[in-house]
Amino acid sequence: MARTKVVVDPITRIEGHLRIEVQQENGRIADAWASSTQFRGIELIMQGRDPRDAWAFTQRICGVCTVVHAVASLRAVEDALDIRIPPNANTIRNLVHGMQFVQDHVIHFYHLHALDWVDVVSALSANPDGTARIARSISPWPNNSATYFRGVQDRVRRFVESGQLGIFTNGYWGHPAYKLPPEVNLLAVAHYLEALDWQRDVIRLHTIFGGKNPHPNFVVGGMASAINLDGTATINAARLTDIQGMITRALQFVEQVYWPDLLAVASFYKEWASIGGGVGNYLTPGEFPEDDVRNVDSLYFPRGIIVGKNLSEVLPYDHMKVKEYITHSWYEYDGGDGVGLHPYEGETKARYTGPPTPWEYLQEEDKYTWMKAPRYDDMPMEVGPLARALVAYASGHEGVQELANEALGRLEVGPEALFSTLGRTAARGIETVLLARRMEQWFNDLITRVRAGDTATFTKDSWDPSTWPATAQGYGYLDAPRGSLGHWVQIENGKISRYQCVVPSTWNCSPRDGQGQMGPYEAALTDNHPLVDPERPIEILRTIHSFDPCMACGVHVLDANGGLVTEVKVQ
Amino acid sequence: MFYPSSHPWVEGETLAEHLEKRGVSRRDFVAFCAELGAVLGLGSVLTPKLAKALQQAQRPSVVWLQLQECTGCVESVIRTGEPTIGNLVLDLISLDYNHTLMAAAGHAAESAMHDAMEQHRGEYLLVVTGSVPLKEDGIYTTIGGRTAKEILEEAAEGAAAIIAVGACAHWGNIQAARPNPTGAVGVSEVIRNKPVVNIAGCPPIGDVVTATVAHFLTFNRLPQLDGDGRPLFAYGKRIHDQCPRRAHFDAGQFVETFDDEAARKGWCLYRTGCKGPASFSPCPILQWNQTTSWPIGAGHPCIGCTERGFWDQMTPFYGRLPDVAGFGVEGRVDLIGGAVAAGVTAGIAAHAVATGIHRARQRRTLPVVEQSQTPKGGSHGEN
Repeated sequence: MARTKVVVDPITRIEGHLRIEVQQENGRIADAWASSTQFRGIELIMQGRDPRDAWAFTQRICGVCTVVHAVASLRAVEDALDIRIPPNANTIRNLVHGMQFVQDHVIHFYHLHALDWVDVVSALSANPDGTARIARSISPWPNNSATYFRGVQDRVRRFVESGQLGIFTNGYWGHPAYKLPPEVNLLAVAHYLEALDWQRDVIRLHTIFGGKNPHPNFVVGGMASAINLDGTATINAARLTDIQGMITRALQFVEQVYWPDLLAVASFYKEWASIGGGVGNYLTPGEFPEDDVRNVDSLYFPRGIIVGKNLSEVLPYDHMKVKEYITHSWYEYDGGDGVGLHPYEGETKARYTGPPTPWEYLQEEDKYTWMKAPRYDDMPMEVGPLARALVAYASGHEGVQELANEALGRLEVGPEALFSTLGRTAARGIETVLLARRMEQWFNDLITRVRAGDTATFTKDSWDPSTWPATAQGYGYLDAPRGSLGHWVQIENGKISRYQCVVPSTWNCSPRDGQGQMGPYEAALTDNHPLVDPERPIEILRTIHSFDPCMACGVHVLDANGGLVTEVKVQ
Repeated sequence: MFYPSSHPWVEGETLAEHLEKRGVSRRDFVAFCAELGAVLGLGSVLTPKLAKALQQAQRPSVVWLQLQECTGCVESVIRTGEPTIGNLVLDLISLDYNHTLMAAAGHAAESAMHDAMEQHRGEYLLVVTGSVPLKEDGIYTTIGGRTAKEILEEAAEGAAAIIAVGACAHWGNIQAARPNPTGAVGVSEVIRNKPVVNIAGCPPIGDVVTATVAHFLTFNRLPQLDGDGRPLFAYGKRIHDQCPRRAHFDAGQFVETFDDEAARKGWCLYRTGCKGPASFSPCPILQWNQTTSWPIGAGHPCIGCTERGFWDQMTPFYGRLPDVAGFGVEGRVDLIGGAVAAGVTAGIAAHAVATGIHRARQRRTLPVVEQSQTPKGGSHGEN
C-alpha cells in the first residue's frame, strides 16, 4: 500500500498562514492535520484599555473581514453598558456589513477560489464564439460578445507568452482535475478580471460611512458619520446617491455574473458534491438584526445549531455551551490539557513545544497548531456560509430555500449534496445574492427614516465613563462572512479587564480535541477525499478554500490573570 | 495593484509600446504623469522627465512577503487608484510571489519565490507587509516551516530595495503594542544594512505604495525620507495642517459629541480626540478608495495610525491631545475661540506656528489626556 506524507505550506490564496499535512494512501487522503502557524496575542494587548477603543484594536485582527471584529466589539461593549443605538446606526452597520459580505464573497470566488477550478492556460484554446454563446445563455450581462472574449483571450495569450507569469507562476495548469471546457475557462478568466475593478468600486460604501477601507471607523453608540442633507461634509444627497449606485452595481454583478458563473462552473464538478463534507455539525449565531441587536427574532439569517446533518431539527444556540480545548494546541492550562474552558473562564499561556525550525513534519500525536479547539456541547462545529444556509433552509427561510432549490435543481442533486466542498461554495453564493438584494431594502429603510426627519446616527447615553457601573460585562455575537464570531468584554473601573474572542477560523481550523475528534478542515479532508498527485495538491486547495480560511482571525490569547468571572448575560 | 492586468505588459516591451497597444494616447499619458508628479510633490517642470523615464521602464520583479499581519495592507493596495490609466502604472511590476493572490501553493509557491530571487538577484524589489516576531526564536510566525525572520533575511539579501508597507512592517504595529507578547518588530529592526522605506499607516493608502514604486523606477533611487524612513512626499505634513476642517479649528468651532449640531455642520473634531495635530499623513490630500473620502471626512477623529507607537501613544482615541507641536493647544483653543468674536488674528498666528514648529521626534512624546467629563470652556465660538 502506497502511503505518502504530504505537506502543503504555505496554503496560498487565503488570509494568513496555514499548513496542511495529510497522509495520502492510494490516491485518497487517509488522515489530515491543520496547523495555524501565526500567533499575535491581541487580546492580551487589550488589557487596561478604554472599552470605547476596543473596536479599533480588535478590527486589526483581520484586514480582509475588516468590519466584523469592529462590529462584534461594538456590540459587546454596548451590551455591557446597555447602550441602544439609533435605528439609522443599525441600518448603516447592516449596509456596511452587508457590503463586506458581498464584496468579500465575490473576491473569494474569483480571486481566491476560482483558480482551483479554472485553468487559465486552457482558456487560450477556447473558441470565443462559443464563450459568447455560453455567456448569453446564462446571463444578460452586457459584456458577452465574441469580440470581447477574443480581446481577453489575446491579452491572456500575450501574458502567458511573455514568460513573466507573475502570480500565475507554477500553477497546476493542465492538471487532470481541471474539467471545464476551454470556453468556460475563458469566461471565468474574463470575469476574474472584471471583478477586480468591481470590488474597488462597491467597497467605497465603507469609505463614505467609515472614512476608509480596509479598517473603516466606527464608534460605540452608533456611527460617526452624521446625516445632514444640506451639509457639505456629511452624509448628504450626493453621498446617498453614490451609495445607491454602488448597491445597484453590486446586485447586478452578483446576479448577472457571480451567481450564473458559480452554477455554470459547479455543473462540471458535480462529483465534488459528495466530497469534503466533514464534521456534519453546523452553528450560526444569526446575523443582520433588523431591529435592536438584542432582538434575535429580528435577525435576517436565523440562529441555530444542526447536529449530524439532521435538517429536520434546528437546535437553539446557547453560547454557554462553548468550550475551548488545548490538547493539541501550543498552550497550557492550569488544570492540565484534558479540560475544556468556557471563554469567560479562559486562560492561555502560549507554550511552543513543537520541533525546532525549519520543520519537516509536525508532531501530530502531540501539539501541532496555534489554534485552540472550540467545541459546542463537546462537538466540533462547522461555521460559515454553509452553516447559515443549512440553518436557514431548515428553519424555513424562503429566500434561502428558493435559491438552494434552484442550485440543487440546476445541478440535479438532492439536499444531501449541500454537505460537501461544492455545497460550501454554493452556500456562499446563495447568501451573497440574498444580501445584495437585502441591501436595497436597508437603503430604502434609511431613506424612509431620513425623509421622516429622523437623522440620528449616534446616542451619547453612557458615552461618559463616569456614568458606567464599577464593573460590567457584555457579549457581542456576529455572524461574519466566514462564520460565527463572539466577543466577550469585561470592564472594571472604566477599563477593559478581560477581552476574549472566539472566531470563525478557530472553529473551522481547529485541531483535534482531547477525545480525538477532528476539526472541520481535517474532517472534510478525510471525507471521501481524493489526492491524486502529491506534488500538485489541487484537491486539498479546493476543499480548504471552500472554507475561505482567515487565519489571522483564528489565533488569540486570553488573560489568565483577568478580572472577575461571573455569569454571562444570555441574549 | 498586482493583479494581472487585463492588458498585460509583456517582457521586453517598454511602457511606451505597451501603452500604445492599449490605445492610450501620448497626451493622456503625459496628463497622468502630471498627476503622478503632483502626488510625488514634483513640479510640473519634471513632468516630461517623469513621462520619459516611465516610458522606458521595464517590468521589474517584485517579491512580496506577508509576515505577521492581517492582510489589510494587501487589500488596501488592490483598491488603489484611478480606474483606467492608474492600472497601467500598477502594471509596472511582475509580482512573482504574493501569498494572497498566487495560484501555486506549498512547494510550488516557495520555489517560485526562490526562482525569482535567483533570476533577479540584486534587482528585485522586496515588499514586506507584517511584523517580525522575535521572541522564542521567532516561532510565532512560520511559513513553509521557517520563521518570518529567516525568510525576511534571506529575501532582503538579494533585494535592490526594500519597501515596508504598513504599520506592522514599519514598527510592529498592534502586535508590538504594550505588552508586545510576541516581541514583534518592524523590518528596519531586522534588516540594518539596507535602507528601508516605511509606508506608514494601518493600513496605508494604496496609492502611496504605487507612487513609491513609480519613484524608484523613474529616478532609480528611493524617495527622500523623513527621520522615520517615511517618504516625504506622502508624510511630510501634518494632517492638521492640510485638513479641510482646519478653519473650524482656527475659528474655535468644535464637535463636542458625535452627531451633535456641530458634527452635522462638519466642524473640527479636535475635541472628540482627533490626533490630526500629531499625525503626518497624506490622508486629507490623497483620500481613500479613489478619493471617495477619509476618516475625518466621514466624521471620525484621526487615530494617528501613521505614527510609530500609536496604540500606546495616541490612546485613548477619544481623549484630547493636550498640546500641539509644543504649545498648549487646550489653552490656545479657548483663546482662539475667544478671539473669534474680536477677529481672527489669533487663529492666523496659531496656524502659522503650528505649521512651522513640528519636529518628528518631539511629537512622539506627546501624552494623551483623558477626555474631561465636562467640556471645558464655553467661549469656543459656536453660534
